[in-house]
Amino acid sequence: MLSIANLKKTFTQPGGATLPILDIPKFAVAAGEQVVLIGRSGGGKTTLLHNIAGITKIDSGEILFDGLPLQTLSQEMRDRFRATNMGYVFQTFNLLPAFTALENVMLGMAFAKGKTDRGFAQTLLNRVGLKDRSGHRPTMMSVGEQQRVAVARALANRPRLLLADEPTANIDPANQQSIVDLIKESCEEFNIALILVTHTMEVANQFSRIDRLEDINQLAARAEEVIA
Amino acid sequence: MNLFTIASRSIRQRLLSSSLTMLSMAMGVTLVVAVLAIFGVVQKSFDANATLGYNVVVGAKGGKLQLTLNSVFYLSQPIENVPYEYYLEFKTQEFRFQEYQGSYSFKAIGQQHATRKTLAVSTLGASVPLGGILGLVVDTTLQNEMDSMFPWNRPGKYKAYTNFVIPLCLGDYFGPYRVVGTTPDMFDLLHYGSSAEDPYALQGNGRNIENYSEQYGYFEAVVGSVVARDRNVKLGDKINPSHGSEEGDSHATEFTVVGILEPTGTPNDRAVFINMEGFYRMSDHAKPLENEDPYGADQQGHKITDSDYRLPVEKREVTALLVNMDPIFSVGVENAINEGSAAQAVYPVLEIRRLLDVFVTPVKVLLLVLTVMICVVSGLSILISIYNSMNERRGEIAVLRALGARRLTVYGIVSLESLILSVAGGLIGFLIGHGLIAMSSPFVESRTGVRLGFFDFAPPLPIAIPYLNQLSPEILLIPGLVILAVVVGFIPAYSAYRTDVAKSLGK
Repeated sequence: MLSIANLKKTFTQPGGATLPILDIPKFAVAAGEQVVLIGRSGGGKTTLLHNIAGITKIDSGEILFDGLPLQTLSQEMRDRFRATNMGYVFQTFNLLPAFTALENVMLGMAFAKGKTDRGFAQTLLNRVGLKDRSGHRPTMMSVGEQQRVAVARALANRPRLLLADEPTANIDPANQQSIVDLIKESCEEFNIALILVTHTMEVANQFSRIDRLEDINQLAARAEEVIA
Repeated sequence: MNLFTIASRSIRQRLLSSSLTMLSMAMGVTLVVAVLAIFGVVQKSFDANATLGYNVVVGAKGGKLQLTLNSVFYLSQPIENVPYEYYLEFKTQEFRFQEYQGSYSFKAIGQQHATRKTLAVSTLGASVPLGGILGLVVDTTLQNEMDSMFPWNRPGKYKAYTNFVIPLCLGDYFGPYRVVGTTPDMFDLLHYGSSAEDPYALQGNGRNIENYSEQYGYFEAVVGSVVARDRNVKLGDKINPSHGSEEGDSHATEFTVVGILEPTGTPNDRAVFINMEGFYRMSDHAKPLENEDPYGADQQGHKITDSDYRLPVEKREVTALLVNMDPIFSVGVENAINEGSAAQAVYPVLEIRRLLDVFVTPVKVLLLVLTVMICVVSGLSILISIYNSMNERRGEIAVLRALGARRLTVYGIVSLESLILSVAGGLIGFLIGHGLIAMSSPFVESRTGVRLGFFDFAPPLPIAIPYLNQLSPEILLIPGLVILAVVVGFIPAYSAYRTDVAKSLGK
C-alpha cells in the first residue's frame, strides 16, 4: 500500500547550513500492517510521518500510496488526500479547545468530505470508551480521555493509514496501555495500516514489526518482504 | 460543521479579546452613526432653511446678504426701512384703499379734488346755465384722472403674481431675541419644513396674534420656542420690547403673550412676533415727517390704544417683505423693484445657499473625513486583534491543516472571523448609535426642530456617484463593513494561509 524509495529530506538551518534528516532507500507498509518506528531523538521519525502525510515536501525520492506518487501532488491535493486517506494521532493530542469531543471528531470529516456524520462520530467515541463525554470540551477531560478523542478523530474518515506520533508519551503509565490497545485494536477492526512512532520499548514490543529508522538495511529488507 | 461554525467557535474561544474587538468596532460604528446623524441634522436644518415658504425678500437697498440675514435669520442689523407703499404694491385694491384712507395724500387729494371741482363748476357755471350738468362731467373727469393717478384706486402692481406677502418690522429686542412686528399671516399663511408644508403649531391653548383683538387690542405677541424656554415665558405674560438693541430702553408698551410656537428648527424659534400695528404704536416707531400731519387734525386727541386710530401710510415703514410669488414672474418683479431707487428684491434661498456653502460644506467634508477615519481605525483594531491572536492560534491552524483543511479553507475561516467581528460589532454599534439618537431626539428637536427617531437613517451623502448618492450612507455601512472585514482580515488570514504546518504542529 505504502512504498517509499530513495527519500531524502534536508533542513536548512538559520545560518544557511543544511542538515540532512532523512535518507531512506526503501520503506514499505502493506495494507492493514502495523509498524512501529523507533530510533534516536531527532532522527527524523516525525519528519518521515510529515512527509508521508504530505505536510512537508520531500527533497527527492518517491512516496507511492497505492501506486499514486504523493510527491507529485500539489499542496491542495496532498491536503485532500491526507484528509481522506490518512489519520493522524499526535503526542500532544492537538484537540481544538473550542470544540466538544464530538465536534473534534466531526472536524476531520468536515475537511475530508465537506459534510459530517454525527452518528458515526458518536459511534467512534463510544468505541474509544467516551460514550458519555461527547459534549465535553478537551479542558474538561483527562489527558487519557483527550488522546482517546484524538484517536477517534483520526479514525473519523475511515482512513487506510494511521500515523501515530508517540501517542503515549504524554500519558500516565496507567493509561498508556489502554491507548496502545485502542489504536491496535481499532486498526485491526477497521483494517487500517499503522505507522506508530515511539521511544518506549514496552509499547514497541507489543507489535510484531519494529523498524529502526537508522537501520536502512532492515527497512529495505522489510520493504522487499512487503513488496514481495 | 461549516466554516461559520468553526469561525464563530474560534471567536467564542477568545471571548474577552473578541468582545473587546467587537466593542471597538461597535464604538466605531456608533461614532459613524452619530456623525452621520449630526450630518443629517445639519443637512435637514439646511434643507429646512433652504425652503422658507417664500421666495423673494424685499427690503431697503444695500447688501443682499445683510437683507437676507436680518429678515430670514433675524441676525445683523437691518439696513434701513422701505416705505409702506412697497408692501401695498403686493396687496389687493380693497386692502390698499382701506390703508390709504388714513393717509395724508388721500386727504390732500380729497381736498384738492373738492377745490378743483368748485373752481371748475363756478368758472363754467358763470357762462353756461347748465352748470349742474357740467359739474357732474367735471367730477367724473377728475375722478377718472384720480383713478389713473392715485394708488388706492388700483390693485398693487405685483398683486397678480403674489400668493401672499408678509411684512416684517424690525428694530426691537426682547432680551437677546429679535422682536418682529408682523401680521397674523406670518403663521396663518407661512409654512415651514423641507417642503414648506408644515404649518406652524402653537403650544397648549395658545393662538396666533390677531389684527385686533377685543382683549388685548393691537398688543399681542407670539413667542418662539427657544425664547419661551430661555426667558421662561408663559401664555398671558406681559413683555416689553427694548428699543434698538438688547441694552436699549424698554418701551412702555406691553404686549401680552397669546401663543408659544412649537419647535420648528427655523429662526422663528428665536424671535418674538408682535402685531405690526402694535409695533407702530410704540414710542418713536412711527416715521417722523417734516410737515407732520397737516391734514390730520381730526386724529388729534386719539390715543394709540384706540382701535379707530389709523396711522397714516406715510408714517409707516416696513423693514422687509417676505413674498411668496409665482417663480415664473419673480424675476420680472425682482427687476422692477431693483430698478427703483429705494428697495431691492433678493432670492433668500440663493443667498442662504451661498452662505451655507461657505460654512456648512467644509463641516460636511470634515464629518465625512472623520467618518472614514473612524472606520479605518475600527478596522485596524480588528486587524491588530486578530493578528495578535494568530501567534497563539498557529498551532490550531496547523491542526486544522493536518486534519485536511486546505490553505484556502483556513484563509476563509480567519476572514470569516474578521467578518463576524466586523458585522456583529457593526450591528451592535448601529443599535447603540440609533438608541443614542432616539434618546437625544427631544434635545435635538428643541434646538434645531429636526425630529429624529430610532429608525431614522442618515440622508444620502452629497457625492457625485450615481446610485450611491440616493442611498443612506448607513445602508452603505453593510457592504462597507464587509469590505473592511475582508481587507483587514487579509493580513491575518494570509498569515494563516502561510502557516508552516510542520513547524507549528505540536508533536
